[in-house]
Amino acid sequence: MKAREVPPDAGLYVHVPFCRTKCAYCGFCSQTDLSPIDAYAESLAVEARLRAGQTFTTLYVGGGTPTVLPPELLARLLRGPDTPWPLTKDAEVTVEANPDDITTPLLETLRKNGANRLSIGVQSFRDDELRFLGRRHTASQARAAIHLAKDAGFTNIGIDLMYGFRGQRRERWRTTLDEALRWRPAHLSCYQLTIEPNTPLSRRPPSLIRSPEAKEYDFFLFTSRLLTDHGYEHYEVSNFALPGFRARHNALYWHHAPYCGLGPAAHSFDGRTRSWNVRSVEEYVARLSRNAVPMEESETLTDEQLALERVMLGMRTARGVPLSALTRYAGWEVTLERLQAGGFLVCGQDRVTVTLAGLAIADRLPLEFLP
Amino acid sequence: MCGSAHWRFARSSTSRPLSCDRDVRTFPDIQVGIHHTARTISVARVSSINRVTIYSMADIRNFSIIAHIDHGKSTLADRLIQHAGLVADRDFREQILDSMDIERERGITIKSQTCTLPYRGPDGHDYVLNLIDTPGHVDFSYEVSRALASCEGVLLLVDAAQGVQAQTLANLYAAMEHDLAIIPVINKIDLAAADIAGTKEEMRVELGIDPSEAILCSAKEGVGIDAIREAIVGRVPPPRGEPSKPLRALIFDASYDAYRGTVVSIRVIDGAVRPGDTIMTMSNGRTFKVEEVGIFQLRRVKRPALSAGEVGYLIANIKTVSDTRIGDTITHDECPASTALHGFKVAKPVVFSSIYPVSSDDYRPLVDAMEKYALNDASLIFEKDSSAALGQGFRCGFLGLLHLEIVQERLEREFDQSIIMTVPSVEYHFTLKDGTALVVDNPAHFPDPMDVATTHEPYIHATILMPERYLGVVMKLCLERRAEGTSFHYPTPGRIELACDMPLAEVLFDFYDRLKSVTQGYGSFDYDLTDYRPGRVVKVDILVNGERVDALSLIVHESQARERALHACERLAEEIPRHQFRIAIQGAIGGKIIARSTIKPFRKDVTAKCYGGDVTRKRKLLEKQKRGKLRMKMVGDVVIPQSAFVSVLKTKEE
Repeated sequence: MKAREVPPDAGLYVHVPFCRTKCAYCGFCSQTDLSPIDAYAESLAVEARLRAGQTFTTLYVGGGTPTVLPPELLARLLRGPDTPWPLTKDAEVTVEANPDDITTPLLETLRKNGANRLSIGVQSFRDDELRFLGRRHTASQARAAIHLAKDAGFTNIGIDLMYGFRGQRRERWRTTLDEALRWRPAHLSCYQLTIEPNTPLSRRPPSLIRSPEAKEYDFFLFTSRLLTDHGYEHYEVSNFALPGFRARHNALYWHHAPYCGLGPAAHSFDGRTRSWNVRSVEEYVARLSRNAVPMEESETLTDEQLALERVMLGMRTARGVPLSALTRYAGWEVTLERLQAGGFLVCGQDRVTVTLAGLAIADRLPLEFLP
Repeated sequence: MCGSAHWRFARSSTSRPLSCDRDVRTFPDIQVGIHHTARTISVARVSSINRVTIYSMADIRNFSIIAHIDHGKSTLADRLIQHAGLVADRDFREQILDSMDIERERGITIKSQTCTLPYRGPDGHDYVLNLIDTPGHVDFSYEVSRALASCEGVLLLVDAAQGVQAQTLANLYAAMEHDLAIIPVINKIDLAAADIAGTKEEMRVELGIDPSEAILCSAKEGVGIDAIREAIVGRVPPPRGEPSKPLRALIFDASYDAYRGTVVSIRVIDGAVRPGDTIMTMSNGRTFKVEEVGIFQLRRVKRPALSAGEVGYLIANIKTVSDTRIGDTITHDECPASTALHGFKVAKPVVFSSIYPVSSDDYRPLVDAMEKYALNDASLIFEKDSSAALGQGFRCGFLGLLHLEIVQERLEREFDQSIIMTVPSVEYHFTLKDGTALVVDNPAHFPDPMDVATTHEPYIHATILMPERYLGVVMKLCLERRAEGTSFHYPTPGRIELACDMPLAEVLFDFYDRLKSVTQGYGSFDYDLTDYRPGRVVKVDILVNGERVDALSLIVHESQARERALHACERLAEEIPRHQFRIAIQGAIGGKIIARSTIKPFRKDVTAKCYGGDVTRKRKLLEKQKRGKLRMKMVGDVVIPQSAFVSVLKTKEE
């Protein structure tokens, strides 16, 4: 792929495909063999050069586990491998961090190199749940990590949590939520446990892993109500933020804005064409050693597909979709009427917003409009 | 069943001399007819019989292959064709692969069609072996019987690994009924699981066949083919019939050719037929001018005549296949035979259902598809119909449930139609209080119960053949299905034949599948429609969220109304996907609710994460779901999948 004109309001994503251990639920691209880290870092620099030429409003370093990188590599990655990343002044710079990796020196490194947002993969404040998920850290390590991050001066901290384990009760989930709320993080992501294909969890019967659907729904409502009561905005299916602290980078995905992804398996989107890199680190390194783009595949969306994606993504956010996005579908008035009567959508002047019950079935909503 | 009343006899005594005594032994060189299949098969060499034009009826053998499904009928037919040298070996391999694909795709046998096979015996004598294809479904037992009536012998094929199966027995009985020579063949002896001794023992005990007569064969490997051909010559008698008598030819099949019209498959019993002859179908007295006759050798091969004992085709400007009827006798218009061949009956539809396009925009394409389809299937009858829920469509009559399924399958696969078929029904006879007689095959036309004086429903005489050990479960099944007048009969030791009278409507309610299930595949079932008997029936309406869906209504016996209604509600609850609201499914007679089930709404249906890499995947899933939605029907706010409409008559998977 050649350096492409990307409109100014764009995100940069850097994928770090390494983890010390794989979690039982994780279907993301990462490997536990850390030996190609140096080769990866060099390749990333090459890819950055190949695809240079635009300015970004956000930088997100995700994984995998970015914090497995040695501090000097992580620092280089945050600054920009050779030349500094072309970031706007007020850019949001997020790093995903694992509680067991967080130390004061690491936090210092992140701060010094421009990171202004930390996304901590806490998942749970209960050790039995953390073990079930195959996480390396304990609840007390998670507490310590948040504590250190706050002390290090991070004000924009996001905490990732998970719910919907088999047999989990609402009170139990509440203990994790309550504890999270005591830290009053700027951002909370609460993910319902999902069984991704080809993960250790997928090899067991779903009924032994997940809560029944009725409970999932109950947890979803409960979480939303509790967090909104505490001043958080429920702005995306799984995301909550204090006013002014919505995740700007992730919002790009939901708003169909352009983004550029570097690293193995990273996806890019320019507003019309989506492309993704090869998954294998080996292949990624090999391609870039020949100065070849590491792209696996790309798809150029038709107007129909673009429109469908906008509806699909918009229905996952509280802000919903412009009414004009729906009027292209035959019979939209009837469908809208029906979904409004059912309490899933609210039709305003020129936008259709999604209610809490609507967010809970966001995957179905676009389908309802398709003829 | 022959309705001799409407046969026409010779119209004039001054007709020209009978054409029946022409010399049938002076054939000029053959000509090759046009292809009637899309596939091109090169003829490797013109077989000797076409050149050596003199042969007698004594050299002809007419036979069919009968077998339980999957016992290798098609493969054996392929081998016989290959060994006859009709196809080059190279083309044969291609043909096998090619047609196996098509068959898998289309689910119908294309290749093992009727074929004339030349055969030179070990003594150097030339024979003509006519392989006559038979359809393999119960609904087509009449067609099978006509094909068998065209033969003098059969190869009874038994899988060496599976042994004697239900259809083996049913087929054997059919062959015995026609007094045919039976050559038992044990196939698939190359399989590791082949149990030849065990299969022979089963043949002896269950079929009453002397196992020493069985030929061992592997159609796949080409083993035993010569032995089979020798046995056909040695054990199947040559055809009987009189070449000098007035023409009598039995129609055993018909197909449609876009260029030539109907191609009729015939077995000439007496006399001979030539191009230029004016023929008459004896059941209805219709006359046609013969354009071409010939034999099947993968393609049609023109011949100057077909005479007594021969099997081949006839083209006579017959516009649709429904102008000819399987089992009918063809004779000459000017010197007709005095009697038709036995066994003709008009196949009457006994099962009725409506066909609607899933999307009402697709009505026109469906009309075209139905018209084209009907050219090739004379047994399907249809007329326009409409439904409040489903719009415009067709009311159709079928020979049976399997016929219905074949029509559905072929309309979808070959004609690319997305269709919904409504709950099948039989034909009920009502007498109203004012004396009016009413025939109803569609619940939509069910009369007001207050007006009905008497109701009659069609009955069948059913025969069920099974190993003795299944008697208990089969009896139970039959009693559940209102069977009467049960009697037993032991055809062979260990086997039992159960005969009973049963309402035909009960057969529609998943009877085949249940029978197959309770007898583990060993039960075979055959029936004849007998008469109409009084029966109290009611119409059960199905309401989906309070809205009556006319296409789901069913007519059932009063005693079973509640049970069947509940069953329908439960099946629909399984078939209709969950919606974002609760769906009530109710069964009602008139205004009275007699059954109910509920589909819970889904509350939570959203993936937790959606970031950069997830968008494409999610969109593709949506696009796929959208395509799936095209196969569903909106009824009010509820999306009903195509499969739901027939599901109400299916029993639960076990």
